[in-house]
Amino acid sequence: MSVSSFAVPSMIFLIISYGLYKKVNIYSAFLEGTKDGIATIANIIGPMIGIFIAVNMFKASGALDILIKAISPVANFIKFPSELLPFSLVRPISGSGSLAMATDLFKTYGTDSFIGRCASVIMGSSETTFYALTVYFGAIGIKNTRHTLKCALLSDAFALFLSILICRNFFN
Amino acid sequence: MIQINYIWGFLIIISLVTSCFTNTMDLTVNALFNGANDAINSLFSFAGSMIMWCGMMQIASKSGLTNIFVKLISPVTRIIFPKLKKDSKALKLISLNMVANFLGLANAATPLGLKAMEELKKMSNGKDATGEMCTFVVLNTASIQLIPSTLIAIRSSLGSINPGEIIVPIWIVSIFTAIFAICISKYYEKRGRI
Repeated sequence: MSVSSFAVPSMIFLIISYGLYKKVNIYSAFLEGTKDGIATIANIIGPMIGIFIAVNMFKASGALDILIKAISPVANFIKFPSELLPFSLVRPISGSGSLAMATDLFKTYGTDSFIGRCASVIMGSSETTFYALTVYFGAIGIKNTRHTLKCALLSDAFALFLSILICRNFFN
Repeated sequence: MIQINYIWGFLIIISLVTSCFTNTMDLTVNALFNGANDAINSLFSFAGSMIMWCGMMQIASKSGLTNIFVKLISPVTRIIFPKLKKDSKALKLISLNMVANFLGLANAATPLGLKAMEELKKMSNGKDATGEMCTFVVLNTASIQLIPSTLIAIRSSLGSINPGEIIVPIWIVSIFTAIFAICISKYYEKRGRI
């Protein structure tokens, strides 16, 4: 049993028992909350479809492969491991896609190889930026996101290079 | 200025144009429809648990449990969001979203984050993102998680000798990235004002 398998049950236990202790009408509070949840889900259906079609089309058309090929000379120049390039580019745009690519890297190079460790650290320290952005701003209907995307992508790049740097030094 | 509006449009236009040259027209059109269906499928795959967490959080908020968590991390949130009032609903939701993310409860974190955005919208002009929104979303894209459980599960299923060895490097990268993210979003916020 790991620490994380205790996180959910202890959270639920705490919420329910504290609610009963404070004499809250917990079931009706629960139902009230679910109404909010349903509204939230309804708000993100549109943005979800929007981001999924754009990303899927970009992958299926071969545009992503062309982009990867175009960037690889630059990556080689800065000594960025070329095996990680496709995965690194997909990471901010597709959560399931990058997870599949990480799994593929694990199978090809091994989980405990340099590439496998880098992929793990990149996967664990970043998020699906485009998805988060569209869902968060889409849900409240704000179209002018100002500097958010720039900052999020700069942070992704920062996390990417730091991951590789840390893996080079941490495991030796 | 980069905006989702243009990125989204360009992604689709570039895909359509590329498909003409790479002879993947059919695949690309299929991706359009499959993408829409995939979106609904993945939404349904977490909708139930997300609605459940909203219910649980409502209990926690009624009982005052959320206030305890909010107070616990208020030293951090006060520094990141100095403009939000100490007892505001927005700061409370932001704090809870951060706690849920930290514990790896993604399905609980998202609805809290979306509600926090709604609260932040009430303080805005309703059209443009505020500095707080930017900082909050950027912080959310730099995930800080105590135990990356999915990743560890995959690593162990693929024969890693020590699946958890990546935890400490992930913490280091996450913390520095979060600090970096906060700093640059504050920097651009200040620059945008002048």
